[in-house]
Amino acid sequence: MRRIMVCVKRVVDYNVRIRVKPDGTGVVLDGVKMSVNPFDEIALEEALRIKERGEADEVVAVSIGPDDAQQQLRTALAMGADRAILVKTTDVVEPLAAAQVFLTLVQKEQPQLVILGKQAIDDDAAQTGQMLAALWDRPQATFASKVELAGAAALVTREVDAGLETIEVDLPAVVTTDLRLNEPRYVKLPDIMKAKKKPLDVVELASTGVSAGETLKSVLVEPPKPRSKGVMVKDVAGLVDALKKKGLL
Amino acid sequence: MATVLIVGEHDGSKLNPSTARCVTCAAQISGAEVHVALFGADLAAVAPQAAALKGVTKVLSVANPANAHPLAAVLAPQVVALAGPYTHVLGPSTTFGKDLMPRVAALLGVPQVSDAMSVDGPYKFKRPTYAGNAIVTVEAPESRKLVATVRTASFEAAPQGGQAAVEAVAVSVPLPTHTRFVSVSAANSDRPDLQTAAKVVSGGRALGSKENFQLIYSLADRMGAAVGASRAAVDAGYASNELQVGQTGKIIAPELYVAIGISGAIQHLTGIKDARTIVAINKDAEAPIFEIADYGLVGDLFQILPELEKSLA
Ligand SMILES: Cc1cc2nc3c(=O)[nH]c(=O)nc-3n(C[C@H](O)[C@H](O)[C@H](O)COP(=O)(O)OP(=O)(O)OC[C@H]3O[C@@H](n4cnc5c(N)ncnc54)[C@H](O)[C@@H]3O)c2cc1C
Ligand SMILES: Nc1ncnc2c1ncn2[C@@H]1O[C@H](COP(=O)(O)O)[C@@H](O)[C@H]1O
Repeated sequence: MRRIMVCVKRVVDYNVRIRVKPDGTGVVLDGVKMSVNPFDEIALEEALRIKERGEADEVVAVSIGPDDAQQQLRTALAMGADRAILVKTTDVVEPLAAAQVFLTLVQKEQPQLVILGKQAIDDDAAQTGQMLAALWDRPQATFASKVELAGAAALVTREVDAGLETIEVDLPAVVTTDLRLNEPRYVKLPDIMKAKKKPLDVVELASTGVSAGETLKSVLVEPPKPRSKGVMVKDVAGLVDALKKKGLL
Repeated sequence: MATVLIVGEHDGSKLNPSTARCVTCAAQISGAEVHVALFGADLAAVAPQAAALKGVTKVLSVANPANAHPLAAVLAPQVVALAGPYTHVLGPSTTFGKDLMPRVAALLGVPQVSDAMSVDGPYKFKRPTYAGNAIVTVEAPESRKLVATVRTASFEAAPQGGQAAVEAVAVSVPLPTHTRFVSVSAANSDRPDLQTAAKVVSGGRALGSKENFQLIYSLADRMGAAVGASRAAVDAGYASNELQVGQTGKIIAPELYVAIGISGAIQHLTGIKDARTIVAINKDAEAPIFEIADYGLVGDLFQILPELEKSLA
């Protein structure tokens, strides 16, 4: 079975204005809208397209998180994933631990491709895919904007600082997605109904043998320093004047 | 005492400025001895540039045809082979470092601090989360090697004036062949580099077409500025991907940033928060970009830009 595993993280929706708790222990999460990490939607979309081209047989969505992360996995099933696995924990799961957990799933599921987002928009770490590839001793193609399967290998175009880089990786491999890889499909109502019948396994983190918890202790969370309020200028002449006074023109 | 290994970035002929910024970060780790490791096919041109950075005391030059292109899977085991004696291993938060360093950290079995923006202690750093809306101070265990990427926009480049010794090192570890470089399409341009330019002019969705985006290039050229773009402008094909500024594009800290027809979504603002002076030109007086702009001008860019260019002529 040619299988693709997609990692789907439950994160604060990207439209939410983040507020830092006054006691510096974290950000306010109560009553805040949660969603699938946007890069993971792109990861799932890519997996579905590969399957629809007949180049894979099954798409499995996996997540590590609290029981509520079942909602995000249901969304993934509604988008078209065949089944889902939640590794349940209320602990903080840092990228290294997440990669260790995904490694245990990879060993069980034997996918030809694992697709993750290039970063989770909560911790902004951009680590998990690379760490999984390292632990699995397999290739990584990060920040992908194009993925083409070609037999036992994949050609991946990557968004790098210089422009676009193409590399060839033997399968199985790890791919992380950049924004322009694709545009994820919208979920339709009938799909949500159908998704309710698809299998969603919940396993305890302990069963994977990986222990989570904070190794990087977060000692303080603060809002960024505010920028001082600026001024409005009336016209182009006013702008040019102001910038000349500051020596910027 | 802290000993820091920096993985230098280069293109075979020029050292990337991100390396000099990593050196500044490393030097803030108290009492640190700072070495730079370079990987490439031929490092004759680049090694002296790293050796000339003030604060660097040794350059480790690992020349190998397999290192001709920076493939993380190929470089990571070599970095690990060199890492033994060091307390810290740092790389830049560029696509090069973001690709490579987590692979290094995982092979070492340690967590990584991503995007270090300030050094609060040898094992204590500030870093941005939630698109820069929550700054976290993290403390890593002192008993383990610390791997971090450095948010280059947060540190000045180390000055010239160093005279480090360059040591050619042979690293003999098995290198994978499962990852192969095919090609790179670098947008060669004579314009200043977006990540290091003192001035940046950026255009957004409002430009409306690739042709109109030339207005941004033309103003930038007049000002001697680099060109940037919002994600909307890149997605619409007005500008190429390497020009994207923001959470998922480039994080920059120029002296002057001019945002034209950009609304100011949080993901964009993350990329420019450290700019010294921000100018916004937008026809909507309520656009969020004005909340962080030092100078705001409300109006139609298609009228304002020609006028602005004329007054700079
Ligand atoms: C996970 C994620 C990551 C993202 N990362 C990034 C990122 O790195 N960088 C980024 O930029 N975005 C990013 N985005 C997208 C971001 O949310 C916004 O959609 C994007 O920045 C909007 O671009 P814009 O300001 O050009 O377009 P719009 O929001 O459409 O703004 C256009 C502006 O132009 C003004 N305008 C229109 N016509 C004129 C005129 N004639 N003259 C003057 N002004 C005019 C309008 O008033 C408006 O304010 C990301 C989004 C997500 C979900
Ligand atoms: N707890 C998690 N559950 C599911 N996927 C995750 C989790 N943590 C990380 N990932 C995946 O790894 C990617 C990068 O995350 P990060 O390294 O935290 O920025 C995300 O886009 C997800 O695809």
